[in-house]
Amino acid sequence: MGNSGKRDKAWTKNDKIFLGMLIPVLILFFLFNTLPLLKGFYYGLTNYRGYGDYDFVGLRNFADLFTDLRVGKSYLFTFKYAVVMTIAVNVISLILALGLNREIKGKSTLRGIYFVPNILGGLVVGYIFSFVFTYILPAVGEATGIGFLQNSMLASPKTAWIAIVIVGAWQGIAMNTIIYISGLQTVPEEVYEAGMIDGVSGWKKFWTLTFPLILPFFTINLVLCMKNALMVFDQIMSLTKGGPSQSTESISYLIYNNGMSGGQFGFQSANAFVFFLVIVIISFLQMKFLGGKEEQL
Amino acid sequence: MGKKNREGAVGGKAVNNVINVLLALGCLTILFPLYMTIIIAFKKPSEMTNDVAGALAFPSSWSFDNFIEAMKVTDFWRSLGNSLLLTGVTVIICILLHSLAGYVIGRKMARHKIFKASYFYIVSGMFVPFAVLMMPLVKQTSQLGLANRAGVILLYVVFFMPMNILLYAGYLKNIPIALEEAACVDGANVWQTYWKIIFPNMKPMHATVAVLTAMSTWNDVMTPLVIMSGTDVNTLPLAQLNFQSQFGTNYNLAFASYLLALLPILIFYIVCQKQIINGVVNGAVK
Repeated sequence: MGNSGKRDKAWTKNDKIFLGMLIPVLILFFLFNTLPLLKGFYYGLTNYRGYGDYDFVGLRNFADLFTDLRVGKSYLFTFKYAVVMTIAVNVISLILALGLNREIKGKSTLRGIYFVPNILGGLVVGYIFSFVFTYILPAVGEATGIGFLQNSMLASPKTAWIAIVIVGAWQGIAMNTIIYISGLQTVPEEVYEAGMIDGVSGWKKFWTLTFPLILPFFTINLVLCMKNALMVFDQIMSLTKGGPSQSTESISYLIYNNGMSGGQFGFQSANAFVFFLVIVIISFLQMKFLGGKEEQL
Repeated sequence: MGKKNREGAVGGKAVNNVINVLLALGCLTILFPLYMTIIIAFKKPSEMTNDVAGALAFPSSWSFDNFIEAMKVTDFWRSLGNSLLLTGVTVIICILLHSLAGYVIGRKMARHKIFKASYFYIVSGMFVPFAVLMMPLVKQTSQLGLANRAGVILLYVVFFMPMNILLYAGYLKNIPIALEEAACVDGANVWQTYWKIIFPNMKPMHATVAVLTAMSTWNDVMTPLVIMSGTDVNTLPLAQLNFQSQFGTNYNLAFASYLLALLPILIFYIVCQKQIINGVVNGAVK
């Protein structure tokens, strides 16, 4: 931050009062955020089952993570889900935002409706969609003779993850659309007028004029969407419980399921700690690659 | 907000009409699941035939029996009360504590390194997902006798701290330091200055923090699920999870219960739509 020691001034009485207020906050944050993170690492070094005695096993849990098939599968699923989600949500919400930003009738009503999925809880939404996938879509498939719809998407390991993407996107699009709209509103009219004079229109106008100006909002959406998708839990809980045949077990769900009740407290603690490192690395990379490209007006 | 007709003016009327129709049709993807939920919630199990109409046609009579039954089965009022309690208390503590912490850190960041370091220390907590802390926190809260509603509130207050301090410390730049200095000259101490001058001036940010905190708390499943497991204390979403087996194949009962669970936040959204959308956008963009 380019912060040299010289800026540290002498402590006034006022400064000390502020410090007195800061310390309890720091202690609270340490006790319920940093301490459990450190404890998680500690449990990761043991064969603790969640109850009873345990021994230290060194870094064995961390080494085993890389050969454990179920953990590997959950990472594959979670990343596949996060990447497909992020792309689908951003493409669709950008298109929606461009439409909702035009001079159209009932604009505020339409915006209001498109935002509704964002306020609803993921668990209940999952239950509602579970019915759509299990009964409505197969019934539509029967009625229209469309073969691939006739079986529930949730029943096959090949399609269950797509169902979860659909539900996640249904909710995620709402949020990203509203952020893109607020981004589009920051683009000044003059930019388009200048573009008109140069004869730029349509697709080209979007890529050369609009998109560079809303790049900061694109970055926010990408980071937010990816982060939320990597932590997916509620939808898994209500749609598949990780099935069929563990094909939709997200990392969060695996930690919860096997760590809390599966007797793998130590092993899943190691998993959780590695998951934390993965999130930190991804967030760091996203900010490094995307943060530098923002265009200022 | 006052600026309008960005691309509309360039696009032309005909194009806008086509887009209008497409957007209205797109709305159906949002409204369809909600429509289905309402329809099924009002039907009798005998009306649920196996074809599409079975689930989507209007019920033969609009009776509230399913809702009354669902309220009994899921102990609706108690779950609702718990959700309101957890959300309300969390929001109040977050606004009081995080605004003060944001002020303390934000005002002294430039003067002393320890405040700057504290800022980055707490804000970096945003990178720690709850799933990572879950297992140690379950042990820790039960050892401290906090495997209850108070514990869940405490965890929320700590968990939302990074985001809220980032927002409050950022907003502080809009409040001139001269205001505090004037109060100081008048003989007010730090505590009085904060509550009389700074806190009221941060009102727009309180609204943003309240909306973000309330929505995350209200819809959260994981924290109460793991922290209060084994107790019979349910929140509204948690009740849907815990009573799945009692719904069995009675989808009408289940959907009545889902609708009841969605209703409070839908009403809240209809009443405060503008504040909610502004809050969410502010929280994400700042």
